[in-house]
Amino acid sequence: MPFIIRRVAFYVVAAWVALTVNFFLPRAMPGNAVESIMSKFPNLQASTYHALEAMLGVGHPGSLWSQYVSYLNDVVHLNFGISVSSYPASVSSLLIQTIPWTLILVGTATVIAFFLGTFLGIFAGWRNGGWLDRALPGLMFVQAIPYFFLALVLLWLLAVKVLHIFPIGQGYAGGTGLVPGWTWAFISSAIWHSVLPAFTIVITSVAGWMLQMRNVMITTIGEDYVLAGQAKGLSNRRVIFNYAARNAFLPQLQGFGMALGFVVSGAIVMEIVFSYPGIGLLLLSAVTSNDYPLTQAIFLVITFAVLLANLIVDLVIVAVDPRVRTREAA
Amino acid sequence: MTAALTILATDPTGLAAPARQLGRWRRLPLKAKAGVVLFGVFVLAAIFGPILEPYNPSYQNPNQALSIAPPSAAHLLGTTQAGEDVLSQVLTGIRLTLELGLAVGLIATFLSVLVGVSGAYLGGLWDDGLSLLSNVFLVIPALPLLIVLLGYLPRTGQTATILVLAGLGWPWGARVIRAQTLAIRGRDFVAASRETGESGWRIIAFEIVPNQVSLIAANFVNTVLYAIGASVALAFIGVTNTANWSLGTILYWAQSQQALSQGAWWWFVPPGLIVALMGLALVLLNTGIDELGNPRLRDANQRAKVNGRRLRPSDPTPVLHATPAPRPTAVTAFMRSFSRSAYLADRAASRDGATRVGAPKPSGGQR
Repeated sequence: MPFIIRRVAFYVVAAWVALTVNFFLPRAMPGNAVESIMSKFPNLQASTYHALEAMLGVGHPGSLWSQYVSYLNDVVHLNFGISVSSYPASVSSLLIQTIPWTLILVGTATVIAFFLGTFLGIFAGWRNGGWLDRALPGLMFVQAIPYFFLALVLLWLLAVKVLHIFPIGQGYAGGTGLVPGWTWAFISSAIWHSVLPAFTIVITSVAGWMLQMRNVMITTIGEDYVLAGQAKGLSNRRVIFNYAARNAFLPQLQGFGMALGFVVSGAIVMEIVFSYPGIGLLLLSAVTSNDYPLTQAIFLVITFAVLLANLIVDLVIVAVDPRVRTREAA
Repeated sequence: MTAALTILATDPTGLAAPARQLGRWRRLPLKAKAGVVLFGVFVLAAIFGPILEPYNPSYQNPNQALSIAPPSAAHLLGTTQAGEDVLSQVLTGIRLTLELGLAVGLIATFLSVLVGVSGAYLGGLWDDGLSLLSNVFLVIPALPLLIVLLGYLPRTGQTATILVLAGLGWPWGARVIRAQTLAIRGRDFVAASRETGESGWRIIAFEIVPNQVSLIAANFVNTVLYAIGASVALAFIGVTNTANWSLGTILYWAQSQQALSQGAWWWFVPPGLIVALMGLALVLLNTGIDELGNPRLRDANQRAKVNGRRLRPSDPTPVLHATPAPRPTAVTAFMRSFSRSAYLADRAASRDGATRVGAPKPSGGQR
């Protein structure tokens, strides 16, 4: 299937660019990262200096090319080196601990927001000027709120000060001796702790999907085939979903892939407010403690996740749009 | 399209515009007007705020009673943990954040136009390479890359942040502008000027770019929105200089000094709300520009009326509801609430009290 092959080739190029940027950044930047780390942590052993050097490529033996090859080799084997801030732990083990939290929370919330927004957008577009459509300026305001700020306000309103319904941050009730595992007590606690963060993501991103779907929907409604469907006397439900929305959904789906990076970025910052034990909180602690290996590994993980999600979106597009399959040329 | 731009360019509030421009102003979509006014307020606050602010934003009042003090006459928005005046910080923050947003918007839009137009105009390998580049940087999530980049840079001033944000903010615009340039390139007037022997750069600067000014303006607004959002998030994380009072920095200190658990809402609500309102102003401006370009997106309530009701592009010929409909069950009533024609009929019926939808009224002439 040429379309998918082209897309896969594109993602391979994108992944390579991300890897290369990640490789050259510490080498191109002014100053010596190792020394700044050593000065921040006086209790580091002298042997760590060489480990850090090796990791960051400062004073690394061998040509740039051999460094590059060994760097790629390390990434392929998921060997991201050793974290500086939580010293003996390897970066990979820290990532494995945090990725599931973010993946489940941000993934679920984003998919919910996307489908909810699309569904609302269908009706706002169909009834241009109706009540749902007139609510749009209000929704735009919600969309303009930074994720983390809404998180702050919701936390303040629903957990800290006004109503004490939801827990204040964290991924689960850690203070009560609860141990992560496949027990009902842990899972229910984790779900309960994720309600407010998920709600924040849905609230802030739903308006964007809705607005986009509404605009495409309005343009699609003007097409002749929609008019033809109505003239044939088809039911409204059939015209909305099988004629208008089905075609309006395709640009929406493509937009989903493109906007995913923004949504994930926002959600990552939101985690910081909730002290949610995901990759965003890890990124913050890595940045504040100058833990360059960890910061870079997180950047790679997030980038690869977004690329993979885009590939999945492309597969879905191939499945739902027969034109993509038949359009061999171009 | 150009109407909005002249107004944007001359006077943000549109108050001092001459009479001819006032007519254009009235014709602007409501959302665009609201956006222009709201954005104008922030521009004024950015210009005059630092003159009007009552205290030095970094002045730490040693009085213990003024540590986390709620709003009072002396401190209209209360004080921080260190006894700094929140209002003064917010006013300085508006200027810094807006400056950063506009600077990033200008640089990134320039890059977008450069890459988008030259790629599409030159074609061939240039085009392939440039669009591959912009697509790659579109798909790589920007914020983590920004965090990594700024983590390495020395934390002084806003210049580094501006350059980094602009350096990552151009691909979306480049993509859109490239598509538009490809469409314009095939038009007759471009072919005509090529026939008259005009140089390539002259055609780009005087024929192609002026024909997509509204697109470039929308892209500029979008980029400012992106820059403000990203810079506030970055400052909130603490990767930019935390001694500069940008809106994100205020939030950073509020978060790191436990404003939330101390219940100091006056510390984190005003800066966040202002960021949200700035964002709203820009989103409204953008929808306004969109609606000027695509009349279909306009709010239905602003359309011209025909026979007392507003027509939509896709309206089928109005059908007379002669036979009474069967009594609705709960389910059919629910489905009817999604029905377009039923909705139109209800609306028309409630408006002129008649059941015949398309009939011309004897008194009112057609517009």
